[in-house]
Amino acid sequence: MQHDHEGYWKATLGLIRNVLIVWFIVSYGLGILLAPALNSIHLGGYPLGFWFAQQGSMYAFVALIFIYAKLMGNIDRKFDVHED
Amino acid sequence: MGLQGLTYLVVGLTFALYIGIAIWARAGSTKEFYAAGGAVHPVLNGMATGADWMSAASFISMAGLIAAFGYGGALFLMGWTGGYVLLAMLLAPYLRKFGKFTVPQFFGTRYYSKGASTVAVLCLLMASLTYIIGQMTGVGVAFSRFLGVSNSTGIFVGMAIVFCYAVFGGMKGITYTQVAQYCVLILAYTVPAVFISLHLTGNPVPQLGLGSDMAGSSISLLAKLDQISVDLGFAQYTTHMRGNMLNTFVYTVSLMIGTAGLPHVIMRFFTVPTVKDARASAGWALVFIAILYTTAPAVAAMAKINLLTTINPKIMTDNNITAPDAQIKYAERPDWMKRWEKTGLLKFTDKNGDGRIQFYNDKSKDPKFAAAGWKGNELKVNKDIMVLANPEIALLPNWVIALVAAGGLAAALSTAAGLLLAISSAISHDLLKEKFMPELSEKGELMAGKIAMACSILVAGYLGLNPPDFAAGTVAIAFGLAASSIFPALMMGIFSKTMNKQGAIAGMLAGIGITMLYVFAHKGIFFIKGTSFLGLFGGKPSFFLGIEPNAFGAIGAVVNFVVAFAVKNMTPPVPDDIAQMVENVRIPKGSGEVTGAH
Repeated sequence: MQHDHEGYWKATLGLIRNVLIVWFIVSYGLGILLAPALNSIHLGGYPLGFWFAQQGSMYAFVALIFIYAKLMGNIDRKFDVHED
Repeated sequence: MGLQGLTYLVVGLTFALYIGIAIWARAGSTKEFYAAGGAVHPVLNGMATGADWMSAASFISMAGLIAAFGYGGALFLMGWTGGYVLLAMLLAPYLRKFGKFTVPQFFGTRYYSKGASTVAVLCLLMASLTYIIGQMTGVGVAFSRFLGVSNSTGIFVGMAIVFCYAVFGGMKGITYTQVAQYCVLILAYTVPAVFISLHLTGNPVPQLGLGSDMAGSSISLLAKLDQISVDLGFAQYTTHMRGNMLNTFVYTVSLMIGTAGLPHVIMRFFTVPTVKDARASAGWALVFIAILYTTAPAVAAMAKINLLTTINPKIMTDNNITAPDAQIKYAERPDWMKRWEKTGLLKFTDKNGDGRIQFYNDKSKDPKFAAAGWKGNELKVNKDIMVLANPEIALLPNWVIALVAAGGLAAALSTAAGLLLAISSAISHDLLKEKFMPELSEKGELMAGKIAMACSILVAGYLGLNPPDFAAGTVAIAFGLAASSIFPALMMGIFSKTMNKQGAIAGMLAGIGITMLYVFAHKGIFFIKGTSFLGLFGGKPSFFLGIEPNAFGAIGAVVNFVVAFAVKNMTPPVPDDIAQMVENVRIPKGSGEVTGAH
């Protein structure tokens, strides 16, 4: 049976793109480019821009990898290209 | 038992543990030596990757640099964690499916030429060697304090121990050893942080303590730190940017893509059992790394507060920091200062002859310092000592100080061992066996690998005596070199079916070439002191848009991509079977056993 490799690759790239958008926003966006503006807002004792740069972005990275791994597993099964 | 005795005991016990595990799981064949048999659980693999990854730069050096940079230190935090997202999505699963052991093997096959793999080996050697120089700097700091000797002697002792350690076992030994090392180093990092956070803010979780109020007051810790930093002429802690915004941005990019281009990290993902595991392994690695990385900013800020209040005991309650009796007397300095003075990494010079320690930013234009008769900063504190000195500054119990010393040594040794393994396999297997001496026996290959390790340690140790930067700064340069060469070529090998060998080779050479040019202009040719040639470019440091040499890898990567695509369009297209192979790599199904053969 010929699998839909093209569709699979398209779905994969779509997922990667979406994860990279969030990845960019939490680090480069909120942690660097917008950090000076966000610092007027406080999260407890943390200025918000500082928090994203030194804490929040890292929590987001961890979550992103597991979300990616989960969704990628779904795509693998949908296109029947998973192992075993 | 005194502090010194206790430190020897704890360090000795942890070493006995690592060596015991290495003997128990001793590597037999070459295949086991390089790739750990391919059957390590993702959680354990994640821990081992964490230990492998978190080196002297992360453990010993990084928080000290964050303490100095303030907000700007975030570029290390984001840069060295965000790369795992790229690694998990863009490289790990595909490299696992590819089914080779090493990065040069991937290049040799995907770019159908030994030329491509040779160029990759050279880039990889350049990056790994630079990385080890940074490790040696950190090892020197740790051993000089641990043995109470000068920094140079510390480096020599460190070189000898790293050599014995790396030659002793293969990766199989190292995988389980590194799980143990992870446990030691994470305990060593978090235990003092919990103590200090509890003491300063009443909150035992450092990540929350950093955002809490100072104990017994209603002012937040960070606001207080901002205020005392400014009082002493330093920049405001929570907003101070490293260079300009572009530099911060580019520096972070460089560290992130460098993470995804460093051989000793990538190697781990070649050998997990399945493609699915490769994705999860990157996630677990980051979980274990993030435990240290989210603690580091708390360690940095709190160490800085403790250091400033040690020297200026009244700074918390009284704003008049230039009052004549506001600083401690040198003769009454705490014991930890005496211990670090022996290493030469902490120095006091009484510039104004008043017998007290004035520690401030003497470049500050604030007239109050001159008015108080201050004649310049009198205390030089090497940034790399902050983490190791931190529990001493906070007057924590001796067993905590001993534990931190053991953790610092574990971090430095585990990474040095992983890197040396990558270097030895690159030289003995990818360069000698594949290219120059195909008849080399398995035994000869192992021997060549060990000789390569010994030479790398000597070179790195020599350059580590006069390091190009603080440990983390040197390591950042290594990441830049990997970012500008390996990462783009790996990416294009997977995501472009049309990238050919000419494009990849030209791209790697151009990327690493321009990065080395920029770095060497600032730091000397091959980091040898006195050979920098900044004069050729007008003599101004960071002359390209204010970007530091440590951050230039990102620019090198852009050059790499551009040159690769330009050359590709002018040269013959990739053979059909290679395009078919790339197609196949993108699909997890059929991931067989890893084979070293081409």
